[in-house]
Amino acid sequence: MPFRKVLVQTCAFALLASSMVAIAPANAGQKDDTIRFAYEQVPESVDPFFNNVRVGVIMGQLVWDTLIYRDPNTNEYKGQLAKEWKWADDTTLDLTLREGIKFHNGEEFDADDVVYTLNFVAKPDNKVVTQTNVHWIAGAEKLGKYQVRVKLKQPFPAAIEYLAGPVVIHPNEYYAKVGPQGMNQKPVGTGPYRVVEQVQGKSIKLVANPDYPKELHKSVPKIKNLEIRFLPDRQTQNAEIMAENLDFIMGVQADQALALKSVPHLQSVEGETMRIVFLNLNTREDSPFPAMRDIRVRKAIAHAMPKVQMVRQLLGEKARLINVVCFPSQFGCDDTGAPIYAYDPNKARDLLKEAGFGPNNKLEFDIVSYRERDQTEAMIGALRAVGITASLKFMQYAAIREQIRANKVAVSHQTWGSFSVNDASASTPNFFKFGADDMARDPEIRDILEKADTSVDPAARKEAYRKALTLIQERVLAVPLYSLTTQYVANKALRFNTYPDEIPRFWEMSWK
Amino acid sequence: MLHYCLKRLATAFLVALFVSILSFFLIRMSGDVAIALAGEGARLEDIEAVRTSHGLDRPLIVQYLDWLGRAATGDFGNSLYFKSPVMELIADKIGNTVILSLAALLFALALGIPLGVLSAVYQGGLIDRLALGIAVVGQALPNFFFALILVMFFAVSLRWVPVSGSETWLHFVLPSIVLGYYITPPFMRIVRAGMVDALEMDFVRTARAKGLSKAKVVLKHALANALVPVVALSGVQLGHLLGGSIVIETIFALDGLGYLAYQSITHKDFPVTQVILLLLAITYVLLTLIADLINAWIDPRIRVS
Repeated sequence: MPFRKVLVQTCAFALLASSMVAIAPANAGQKDDTIRFAYEQVPESVDPFFNNVRVGVIMGQLVWDTLIYRDPNTNEYKGQLAKEWKWADDTTLDLTLREGIKFHNGEEFDADDVVYTLNFVAKPDNKVVTQTNVHWIAGAEKLGKYQVRVKLKQPFPAAIEYLAGPVVIHPNEYYAKVGPQGMNQKPVGTGPYRVVEQVQGKSIKLVANPDYPKELHKSVPKIKNLEIRFLPDRQTQNAEIMAENLDFIMGVQADQALALKSVPHLQSVEGETMRIVFLNLNTREDSPFPAMRDIRVRKAIAHAMPKVQMVRQLLGEKARLINVVCFPSQFGCDDTGAPIYAYDPNKARDLLKEAGFGPNNKLEFDIVSYRERDQTEAMIGALRAVGITASLKFMQYAAIREQIRANKVAVSHQTWGSFSVNDASASTPNFFKFGADDMARDPEIRDILEKADTSVDPAARKEAYRKALTLIQERVLAVPLYSLTTQYVANKALRFNTYPDEIPRFWEMSWK
Repeated sequence: MLHYCLKRLATAFLVALFVSILSFFLIRMSGDVAIALAGEGARLEDIEAVRTSHGLDRPLIVQYLDWLGRAATGDFGNSLYFKSPVMELIADKIGNTVILSLAALLFALALGIPLGVLSAVYQGGLIDRLALGIAVVGQALPNFFFALILVMFFAVSLRWVPVSGSETWLHFVLPSIVLGYYITPPFMRIVRAGMVDALEMDFVRTARAKGLSKAKVVLKHALANALVPVVALSGVQLGHLLGGSIVIETIFALDGLGYLAYQSITHKDFPVTQVILLLLAITYVLLTLIADLINAWIDPRIRVS
């Protein structure tokens, strides 16, 4: 009897479960005009100044606007919330704001919003998380209802790029009332989408802002609804998009993207990214790795790297080979004059021999790495092929930085996305201006980069960056390799473009 | 009995203290919390600012004692990552983990006990071997892999259940099966061993001699004896499930304590990690105590000893 009962209950469950197929809602986003997007990292806050993950940058572009806009196709700067701007002097930027723009809560946009936001983020007590984006701001003052003056701590020409990227504008009255915590719970901006529901750590629902001003360079979204889900496991994201519960995912591994491409309702698109890959070598005067102080050894490492083969085998078609430590489209990223160390294993072996290393005296060191493990392993294989025994130390990013600071790392496999900032000041100086990641500590290069970062004359800036980048390569302080690509997998019905800054422009997307 | 309970509660307190010390120092040893919090590419001055503002520049022992002092008054602080009070975050998530753990335990019992009984009754036969096979697979198959197989079949191909999330009871079906299947073999083995012993005992022979049906002899007389150790094992396994759901909750994006633990470990959010570990350690000790007490209540021999 009990067995019969169990059997009946099992059958009942099976019947109930089968019926789910019939009552399951239609999942394809096109039917309810919703893009369902999943991302792996949960932002600590949705307020763009209080998180440092990419989805935070994406949210910043969806919900808020910036004063200036950089056209992602031409890299030309255009007015956004500011109609025009003018440098009054090296540290003073005057902006004229656009009129008639409203925040999602109805608050009118004017100079008070800009002044409040910039003064708030510039104040250290407010503990903005993304200090790198705002550390240059001394403050802002109102010159008129639609006139603002931004004061810089020191000359910083890349300010325009930051004002066109991560520095968004909050509504002053609302932000003063609710603060960053309230802004996180109920975000309010002027952007093409507005947040209608948020379950912290799980999901965010947005709807199109139908009143998005036509004069701004984003547009009223063509697809009305957008849902962002936070799914930490990549395989779960893949399963969800296969089951038609998602319409768009990014950062998919190349092999998995290829597999997903074979699913009838999915498309896979390779996109370029600004994230560059290079080997950083410990050449400090007090380096505990004397071999790294020998330029012949460093040149041998550079000649041992089969960059072209690595790009072909491990990355996609859109990966670019780089010859200097910055992304080619960044202002000032110029490799003219920088020596290029082509793949030449024989030359690498000769250089090692010249430096006193050979079969009886093998050069050994660890390479630390925190992502793209397969690529580090390929680098280790290439080094072994020329007689260098390199071992992988794979660890968390924070642990690597701690070890670099403690001068305990010989070679570091670095990747750097520049926070999508299209200016060399967001890349090269991070590794060569005596910061936390500087493994060379070359005072001459630091001084040139300082000049490049603070010169207001674009030609002088360009020349200073070029000079610094050339010196870095002449001294082989780093081995630049390539830029990474990323794979987007989406519902075949979705039309979209990809951009190197890895910000999906959901407002541009449409159904086919 | 009271003395026994007090002794076990004192043990629980000591375990909690030890776990708090261990977790505090292990998290610190795994990397600089200030660097992790400051994020990728943070400048030296930003890292130092984070260090100062969170009091991370003080000696470790001072930081630990400060935390312990506040924890003793019930103040577990705020999450360094989410900025919300730790207890609020935990209260928000614990329900899902408890549901998942209980459902997984029920699944394990529902599968493990009948299989254990059948394999004891048909010792050496096909059913016994089949049950052994299920046990071996359950122990050997990594749960994340099993999870993906189930997801592909039931959620992607058949679409009977959702892939991930925690909004409805259907979201708990697959994670419960995966988690429960992993702990089924111990139940099966313990029931089988108990049944094999019980079936050879005098009272079972007497029951058979009295002409009782096979089902009655097996289910009423033998099984009742074989189930005693299952109670203790359930307590231990429930503790294991509560703490061992990190991978499963992460795969299924099930918004529970395990998922929170994963997030807090990833972000070196030590106030949250600390409390989750403490909670799990105390729960584990208490569940074992409760299992022991229930055992003593069921079996007078244990009570006497």
